[in-house]
Amino acid sequence: MSENGWSRQEMADRLAHEFEEGWIVNLGVGIPTLCSNTDIGGKAITYHAENGVIGYGPVLPAGEEDLHLVNAGGQNVSLVPGAAIVHHADSFGIIRSGRIDVTVMGAYEVSAGGDFANWKVGGAKGGGIGGAMDLAACAKRVYIILEHVTRKGEPRLVRSCALPVTARGVVTLVATNYGLFAPTGDGFEVRELAPGVSFEHVAAATGAPLKHG
Amino acid sequence: MAQPNKVFPDFASAVADIPDGSVIAFGGFAGPGTPYNLTKALLEQGAKRLTCIANTTGGAHQPRMPDLGMLVENGQVAKVICSFTAATRPTDVLPFTKYYESGEVEAELVPQGTLAERLRSAGAGIPAFYTPTAVGTELAEGRETRVINGREYLLEYALPCDVAFIRAWRADTAGNVQFRLAQRNFCPLMGMAATLTIVEVEEPIVAAGGLDPDQIHLAGIFVQRIVKVPPAPEGLWAIRRQERTK
Repeated sequence: MSENGWSRQEMADRLAHEFEEGWIVNLGVGIPTLCSNTDIGGKAITYHAENGVIGYGPVLPAGEEDLHLVNAGGQNVSLVPGAAIVHHADSFGIIRSGRIDVTVMGAYEVSAGGDFANWKVGGAKGGGIGGAMDLAACAKRVYIILEHVTRKGEPRLVRSCALPVTARGVVTLVATNYGLFAPTGDGFEVRELAPGVSFEHVAAATGAPLKHG
Repeated sequence: MAQPNKVFPDFASAVADIPDGSVIAFGGFAGPGTPYNLTKALLEQGAKRLTCIANTTGGAHQPRMPDLGMLVENGQVAKVICSFTAATRPTDVLPFTKYYESGEVEAELVPQGTLAERLRSAGAGIPAFYTPTAVGTELAEGRETRVINGREYLLEYALPCDVAFIRAWRADTAGNVQFRLAQRNFCPLMGMAATLTIVEVEEPIVAAGGLDPDQIHLAGIFVQRIVKVPPAPEGLWAIRRQERTK
């Protein structure tokens, strides 16, 4: 029995199914971007990008793209009917004033207390914050997608983050290749396990107490 | 009343008098709005000890798309103020990193929304503001915070600039500017925050009165100089299009 669990797209799909009708959603670069591929049954979702593009749609193929139009990941996206363009200060005004229903981001670590780290790796002098700290501090919900363990097999779901945090106590839902989890303060609660993945296997790969949901 | 002539014939004359030690903001986000032609002219002009404000420190070295990374490599930059001082993608190698790690260039890392608001504040005559962003992180260590209505906020200061380089879609001779789609990003904020705003414009510059006053994204009062980008295929935008569609 394979214990690799979900693929990158399946992790994104699982979180995208949490989106509700009418939500304003901000997707981080990398795996979170894949949430926009998920068929969530015709729910009306508005995708917000930090660069002031509100209401973007699918990425356009080469030759059909408009080079004046990118999302926050630099992809040449399309606009959906009802889209609007604002400048960066208004875009982050939308974020800080709590109008983003959910932000989905990647991370290196998530703690049992809902802290997460995603802007600086160990030993680096520079960092990449981008819009992550604004989104993390101010979105109504912060969902994280990450591989359950590092390439060396060390847990990414931990008691407390070893890396510098992006924000504290904000994460409510985490999708990994092993399943869907919620930080509870003293550990993580299993909301769902990926097919073929056992509770015991996940518990051994998690750096904080794991609880049945 | 005679109006100052804001239309400059070329990029070299538009940047000729920028002194060493200037604080310069560079518009643009993932391509659109990036002032490639003005940056190239500044590389040739050679001003040194610059403090450069931009979202990122510039991409991998691409000689036909001059950006902040090339000014760093050219020894013109003392400090950058950016929301990324590492690559936005781990696989990218930035020219900036080597100079930062060796201590030749200083950096101030600022969350993107805070960077935008610091520029907006400078342009709006607001000296400082409180934001919830970065509270509880390494960036807030040793800095002034305040609890307002039960929530903790971090004090951030306005970020005025000597010069702003921005790229726009259309302009008139009065300096009124329109951006197209994602070109807008930081550009109007930087234009308002700077004493000297220089705009590179893609479309032919029209006479004052040629743009709808209701459709101006940066008013001419904030713009001192405008230069038309050369037509394709010489224009860097066209080159970028070719490179991206290969």
